[in-house]
Amino acid sequence: MKVLLVDDEYEMVTTLAERLHLRAIDADFVFSGKDAVTLIMEEMYDVVVLDMKMPGMSGLETMEQIQEIRPKTKIIFLTGHGSVADCEASKKHGACSYLLKPVDIEVLIEKMCEALTG
Amino acid sequence: MSYNWEVIGQSGLQFYGKMSASISHEFKNVLAIINENAGLLEDFTLLAKKGRPFELERLNPVTERVMKQVRRADGIIKRMNTFAHSIDQSDTKIDLNETLELVVALSERFVAMRGVNIVKTFHPIPVMITRRPFFLQNLIWLCLNFAMDAVGDEKTLGLVTEETKEGARVIFTNLKALTSGSPMDTFPAEQEKALLSLLNAQLATDLEAVELIITFARDIRR
Repeated sequence: MKVLLVDDEYEMVTTLAERLHLRAIDADFVFSGKDAVTLIMEEMYDVVVLDMKMPGMSGLETMEQIQEIRPKTKIIFLTGHGSVADCEASKKHGACSYLLKPVDIEVLIEKMCEALTG
Repeated sequence: MSYNWEVIGQSGLQFYGKMSASISHEFKNVLAIINENAGLLEDFTLLAKKGRPFELERLNPVTERVMKQVRRADGIIKRMNTFAHSIDQSDTKIDLNETLELVVALSERFVAMRGVNIVKTFHPIPVMITRRPFFLQNLIWLCLNFAMDAVGDEKTLGLVTEETKEGARVIFTNLKALTSGSPMDTFPAEQEKALLSLLNAQLATDLEAVELIITFARDIRR
């Protein structure tokens, strides 16, 4: 499984990537939606884990652009925001899951696997 | 003197709600980072128990990150506490510089979301005026919110405090989009006008200098 983590919180995303690496999951990370879209154009990822609220391009806007470039890439939102409206919007746009921070890494991995097999 | 308390109250509630939501979001991010680092320490422990080689040097960065987030959380809570207590206070002598620092800090996430860079040029000594702190913060937030739209494509907003003979001024500078006219169609609106009246403040725009200026007399007459 190849995963891309997208979050403007540097220490959150780098530590999560390190933990995924310890579990033999190939995880890259970027700090903005714009950088995610740029990377997606060059690389294939099975799953993208996106923050909802980021400076510049929002999580939903990033998701829309990723879906245009790589329609088969699965999207999971991992956010501190937690509004019902955002959850519904993410599902309407085709996100596989909407998870709240702080997250149990085993739950995140389970959702990533579900996204790939579902 | 009578004030439009219905509008002022509504504005205050919206302001309080918005700032509270932002504080909680920022706090969640802090918890998420601490959670990940605690999890990483747990992962290291499990690996060590399984007999996998492990460098002790990997521990230090983890603990440093946790301590950094604890300090960050402390700052968030201090600001939240100052903000929350400001509602208790009636007309009080306050430092305009400190008030602006607080509002900018509380607004940090909103500012970042809009990609704006704030450059602060504050008067080198405290600028003291007598006002109700919460409503002053509310007015400054509303003007900051407007200024972030009026700043235009350059996205660098200047924030200045000045002491005058009669009192003080807060100036939002570099509002390039002001000259296009349309932002001023809706600003100041009812809530800004109600707060300006309560705070005995005047709002003006300088289209040549592309600035928004709030002027305060030193003391308030009620």
